[in-house]
Amino acid sequence: MTSTVNGSDVKHTTPEGEERPLLEIKDLKVQFTTQEGKVTAVDGVDITLYRGQSLAIVGESGSGKSTTAHAIINLLPGSGQIAGGQIILDGQDISKASKKEMEAIRGRKIGFVPQDPMSNLNPVWSIGFQVEEAIRANGIATGRKEVRARAIEVLKQAGLQDADRRLKQFPHQFSGGMRQRVLIGMGLSADPQLLIADEPTSALDVTVQRVILDHLESLTRELGTTLLFITHDLGLAAERAEQLVVMYKGRVVESGPSLEILQNPQHPYTQRLVAAAPSLASRRITSTIHGQEGAAHETGSEVGTTTDTIDLIATAEARAEAHEAAAAQPPAIVVEDLTKVFKIRGSGDFTAVDKVSFEIPKGTTTALVGESGSGKSTVAKMLLKLEDVTSGKIIVGGKDLASLTGKELFDLRSRMQPVFQDPYGSLNPLRNIGNTISEPLVTHGVGDRASRRARVFELLDQVSLPRTLVGRYPNELSGGQRQRIAIARALALKPEIVVLDEAVSALDVLVQAQILRLLADLQAELDLTYLFITHDLAVVRVIADNVCVMQKGRIVEAAATDDVFENPTEQYTKDLLAAIPGANLQLGA
Amino acid sequence: MAGYIARRLLQAIPVLLGTTFLIYFMVFAMPGDPVVALFGDKTPPPQVLEAVRERYNLDKPFIVQYLLFLGGIFQGDFGVSFSGQPVSEILAVTFPVTLQLAVLAVLIEMVFGITIGLVSGLRKGGIFDASFLVVSLILISLPVFVVAFVAQFVFGIQLGWFRTTVGPGAPIQDLVLPAIVLATISFAQIVRLTRASVIDTGGQDFVRTAASKGLSRRRIVPVHILRNSLIPVVTYLAVDFGVLMVGATVTEGIFNVPGVGRTLYQAIIRGEGPTVVSFVTVMVLIYLVINLLVDLLYAVLDPRIRYAK
Amino acid sequence: MPSNTRPTQAHFVAPIDETPLVAIDSVKADGKPTNLWTDAWRDVRKRPMFWISSALIVLIVVVALFPALFTSVDPRYCQLSLSNQGPGDGSVLGYNRQGCDIYSRIIYGTSTSLSVGLIVTFLVASLGIFFGALAGFYGGWVDAVLSRLGDIFFSIPYILAAVVIMSVLSQYASVWTISLAIGIFAWPATARVLRAEILRVKNADFVMAATAVGVTRLRILIRHVLPNSIAPVIVITTISLASAIVAEATLSFLGVGLPSSTMSWGNDISQAQVDLRTNPQTLILPSIALSVTVLSFIMLGEVVRDALDPKARAQR
Repeated sequence: MTSTVNGSDVKHTTPEGEERPLLEIKDLKVQFTTQEGKVTAVDGVDITLYRGQSLAIVGESGSGKSTTAHAIINLLPGSGQIAGGQIILDGQDISKASKKEMEAIRGRKIGFVPQDPMSNLNPVWSIGFQVEEAIRANGIATGRKEVRARAIEVLKQAGLQDADRRLKQFPHQFSGGMRQRVLIGMGLSADPQLLIADEPTSALDVTVQRVILDHLESLTRELGTTLLFITHDLGLAAERAEQLVVMYKGRVVESGPSLEILQNPQHPYTQRLVAAAPSLASRRITSTIHGQEGAAHETGSEVGTTTDTIDLIATAEARAEAHEAAAAQPPAIVVEDLTKVFKIRGSGDFTAVDKVSFEIPKGTTTALVGESGSGKSTVAKMLLKLEDVTSGKIIVGGKDLASLTGKELFDLRSRMQPVFQDPYGSLNPLRNIGNTISEPLVTHGVGDRASRRARVFELLDQVSLPRTLVGRYPNELSGGQRQRIAIARALALKPEIVVLDEAVSALDVLVQAQILRLLADLQAELDLTYLFITHDLAVVRVIADNVCVMQKGRIVEAAATDDVFENPTEQYTKDLLAAIPGANLQLGA
Repeated sequence: MAGYIARRLLQAIPVLLGTTFLIYFMVFAMPGDPVVALFGDKTPPPQVLEAVRERYNLDKPFIVQYLLFLGGIFQGDFGVSFSGQPVSEILAVTFPVTLQLAVLAVLIEMVFGITIGLVSGLRKGGIFDASFLVVSLILISLPVFVVAFVAQFVFGIQLGWFRTTVGPGAPIQDLVLPAIVLATISFAQIVRLTRASVIDTGGQDFVRTAASKGLSRRRIVPVHILRNSLIPVVTYLAVDFGVLMVGATVTEGIFNVPGVGRTLYQAIIRGEGPTVVSFVTVMVLIYLVINLLVDLLYAVLDPRIRYAK
Repeated sequence: MPSNTRPTQAHFVAPIDETPLVAIDSVKADGKPTNLWTDAWRDVRKRPMFWISSALIVLIVVVALFPALFTSVDPRYCQLSLSNQGPGDGSVLGYNRQGCDIYSRIIYGTSTSLSVGLIVTFLVASLGIFFGALAGFYGGWVDAVLSRLGDIFFSIPYILAAVVIMSVLSQYASVWTISLAIGIFAWPATARVLRAEILRVKNADFVMAATAVGVTRLRILIRHVLPNSIAPVIVITTISLASAIVAEATLSFLGVGLPSSTMSWGNDISQAQVDLRTNPQTLILPSIALSVTVLSFIMLGEVVRDALDPKARAQR
């Protein structure tokens, strides 16, 4: 079935033998010209997509998935160029189309929904103006009234109920979800045959993401639009598309029906992805608990042939075993009725955190889960004394934070350390790795020069980074490596508590899995207590013993992790669980 | 929008008080007899000295002097010139001329600056872009009086295209050469600003999205690229007017244009301190008003400002 | 969509040797360690404009320090009999109206321009960094007060302000007073740039991490915040050197600058304007000296900006 004459070639069986694919990409090659010469970003990609089908391209950042999407509509950024191959849309090779022909194809035949709703609408024009201009450009309607009517229709279709009222408003007056709806409406405004959605919801909160994807799905089904999805989330891809194309380093490594790939991944890279995807892992953990030793789980362990493959289930199980005997000791952190009120000029007070209470037993992990604006990070900052407390109590190691003297606070800082979200902002770009890791030691006057250097080496070993990094600067490191350095810095003073504020959120899944594993190992080794702040419930399943679900500044549900996943009591928790991509997939059956 | 205007006006008050105070302070809080210092090595007739003393209430405490000075400004009393003529009277004659010159200069620098900046930005790295980068660097390095003299020498004296001096009651076409000279000061800055802004905007996501909707390049460039790129250029206008004031003083002086700038120029050259102070005060006030107008224009251009609460 | 007529696509797996797996997140760090400054230097030294401007600046500095190396003619030795005579007979560029040697006056005027430029720049940079850092880093009422103060100083074009100051202080006119008069009103631009940059940097996670370790505020400002926000200040400072030189020349040209006894390009240009018709080189030559000096610093500023500002680099 597979030919290897020219690298890769998607073969498809056509029983009828006559239906022509809507989109056929053959041996596509895209290159970028850089100072060091030409760089091939997409190499020999084949994709076939039939009318009415949905297909998802999955890959990590840099895999070439977005570049492929941009190549189809010929809107490659900067020096990007199609260097070879064909893109056949409805029988016509559009990779060689003229500018004029391409303008006619864009919008009319191929609609496009971009990734980031915040940057994809022009801030100086009203929503109505931007939708209407798309309608006019594609000749869908003429005359002011008709165009306006169509704009309202399109936006209503996209789920913007009060569209007629909001036409005159500007993008900054819309929320992210609303903007994404506008972008979807715009992409579909000329009723295209093919809609390309490039990570259409990855910038949005999970619950919003789910609503919008549901809507997009039903809308395209209704209109008979063929859908090409670009996403980094394997669970989401499998849930939303019939066909899957997995890309790695500019090439297609595996493609075919979604479920089949998920259940039976063949290429080692796909196996890695499946094993590392938190959304899928939490599914599989559920099936394990229910006593169905699923096929997927077994596949996961078999994959262990490559040393780099990390199975999140193994991580989760190791954690569960280690913490069984934890309960007896006094809690490391007690938070009581913690409240934070921000004074906002012109619009009064805003209660970011509202009477939050929880305890974290020593040596365990408690996850604080919530969407943006839920107040979870504010809790972390108050705990770290980076933000003042409005009211309530925080007791760490038996001491009330509010009663600490300057000296006591300074000592406490050595026992409680943070790791933050943004790997690119968490290290000072002008200080080398050695200085960064040893700063806590210098600040607290620990040891002399030689012993500090030895400690830096030890820490680098602990986070599995080469000692040679000592003299180097953060700009040479990847996001995951920077987070490792941030973890090493946090561990320098041998703290008891580590606050992980979205520490793995910005990372690709494989790297994320690796860091999660590292965190679990370090916890076991050093008896650390973690407060794990995240928006991603799926990750929680892997790492946390207890979960507190936050919504609008309050904790709405708090329980042991398995209980939350098995028997959620609050509607909001149920919504969050349902919004985990891939949550509805039937795996291991 | 109303809230924005109100807030902006409110912010202008301390600046207005501060600047006038600062100018007053610079002159009258200095050690020694400020009136004598103002006249430098000149010895004006005693009645003039007396008039100045009385005018600035020098017998009263400093803060009272300042408040009376400020009160005078609000009543349109900017003081008396060296010859005893009220400054407001001189302004009535000279201001329209300067306004014509400034409007002409701003038009020239904006039209040419934005056009060239746009083309450079759209064809980044091309020959057109590269040559204007060099030209703009050279123009930025030339002080305005050098440009004025060279223009006067080449176009006025050697080629004879323009009259070298304008003089009172001259037709508006005589203002063209001084206006071009004045325009060169900021022209290069506007080219570079527009260019940078066009390149920046051109790489924005929404421009790609506009193209993905099926819009033609001919629509995207003016509607999505140029329109957004104008915002920083307009912001620059505020700074530009400060430069323009000094430029007008020099240019009007050299070309003998009978405007506010030349009056100040001559007062400076002749060492007529009180006139200098009055006119600098007037210019700073004009500058504040223009800044306010530019900020309002900015709000018109950028809905994010306009609709901010 | 009738899914039964749609052809199903088979499960395709690429040959493994085609895209061999690499270790997840492996460290690639060979060669010399690089950071912002080393990268900037690597960028700068490849640019001809850097070498041209540096060579010119070195030349200007040498001329300013050792004018006698370049001419043996006394710039103050003027003979009215030589008034407006052309070049030749031991004079490279001829004589001005007063019969002084133009070339010699240009050479000796260099140190004046450069001194004013350096003093003003020092003043502007120190005031700007001090106020900008305080306002940006400490925020709150400190910021409110300092920013309003900056607004007030910014609202008086600094040359106009200097005109007023120099009118009052005309008896005390010297390189120092004129530098003070320019510098005292030119700092807000620097302060604003630094303040904005600090506001951006101070919320970075690495600053928060340092706070969480217990590093003191002052040390955070000096160790973490300032080094990461100083790049645009360096750019604006280089350019302000050029602006200061122009400002001095403008004030001297207007007659409220340096006393006529001081050798200054601005003074020479001012005095030569009456001879524009008859002997234009008396005006043009010092103008060229002035413009080339300004151009050197502008070019250097340009190169430095391209090297330090990633946005500017991308726009090249």
